[in-house]
Amino acid sequence: MAKITCGLGTSHIPLLGHIIDKGDSGDEKWAPIFDGYQFTKKWIREQKPDVVVLVYNDHATAFDMKVIPTFAIGCGEEYHPADEGYGARPVPTVKGAPKLAWHITESLIKQGFDMTIVNEMDVDHGLTVPLSMVFGEVEEWPCQVIPLAVNTVVYPAPTGDRCLALGKAIRAAVEQFPEDLNVQVWGTGGMSHQLLGERAGLINQEWDLAFLDDLKSDYEKLGAISQVEYIRESGTEGSEMVMWLIMRGALNHEVNEIHRHYHVPVSNTALGHLIYENVDKKGE
Amino acid sequence: MNNNNKPYSDIPGTTVFDGDMARIGFHLNQFCMSLMQESNRTAFKQNERAYLDKWPMTEAQKKAVIARDFSQLIALGGNIYYLVKISSSDGLSVAAAVSTMTNLSVDEYIDMMRRGGRSPEGNRYVVSNTSEEKQ
Repeated sequence: MAKITCGLGTSHIPLLGHIIDKGDSGDEKWAPIFDGYQFTKKWIREQKPDVVVLVYNDHATAFDMKVIPTFAIGCGEEYHPADEGYGARPVPTVKGAPKLAWHITESLIKQGFDMTIVNEMDVDHGLTVPLSMVFGEVEEWPCQVIPLAVNTVVYPAPTGDRCLALGKAIRAAVEQFPEDLNVQVWGTGGMSHQLLGERAGLINQEWDLAFLDDLKSDYEKLGAISQVEYIRESGTEGSEMVMWLIMRGALNHEVNEIHRHYHVPVSNTALGHLIYENVDKKGE
Repeated sequence: MNNNNKPYSDIPGTTVFDGDMARIGFHLNQFCMSLMQESNRTAFKQNERAYLDKWPMTEAQKKAVIARDFSQLIALGGNIYYLVKISSSDGLSVAAAVSTMTNLSVDEYIDMMRRGGRSPEGNRYVVSNTSEEKQ
């Protein structure tokens, strides 16, 4: 049977992609950012996930103002890196996992999550930057990816509680899939940042670090945070953190935090990253 | 810079991109979206006004695009992820575009970010005397 083994959270700041694509990620100047992913790059080579369910938000790329799905799941064979206005990132095409994705979709809808199904779309930095940060510069991505796009661009984003519940439903769906697959769920975006208005540049380190602390065991508490509170405390784009709650919801109640990295700033944004491994317990 | 009578209307210097903003900004944002295509970027740069006139935008929105007045564009329903498509086609970084909405120069803004960003202290509520105590 398929199994969710690990969860990973990371910011998906576009500057990280620009640095990597220019070949500058080894530059000493950026070491405080990239050093925090060295552990991750080794770890992922040992873990060898078959499939990553990658939770991200589309930034006016595949979805414009015509259609704005709250939760959309990619069931396609492949996804091309998008031209976001300065040419597509020179990274490999993302291979989908259509059979598992359709299984998850059917299960989610039956569990009460009315997913939007996407068979063809380009993927922007929200999805490709996390892949680059974790796998580095590769000829091919070493796993299949199921994109799960969450609307965090137009208010309101889905609630934290709903995101936790979606994570739990994804886990239930994956565990019913008959093939032996090592599946990871990644939550991306955040942490605190605000890209508009006179308050632009807001960073709340205290808030971010408390979020990272609470995510391990007190995640139910995080589910109750309203979008208004996220905006007030961590900036208009800080509410992207609900996507990490989908990842958390997909894991066991008990997890080990095996890695954490936090750095301010990356352009306008606070960068956060952590890895959880499920603690196996009978009955869970 | 406010969404009146909303639960977020008391957050200073912040416009939440909600249904009201999305409604008034629809054509502005779809114009921005068109700049994802190289041929459209070229046509826009050749004659900005003529290109804008193909879109059913308000005169104020068109003028704000030509002036690259991001604060005004946000107030007129623009969404930052759409608006940066204008600044990207100008070859500007997101930070450079974002900084124009603050009272800082680009260099001052980048320096503020290097020093840890803008503190939330005093920036949570429009009237920040008693309300801050809630925290």
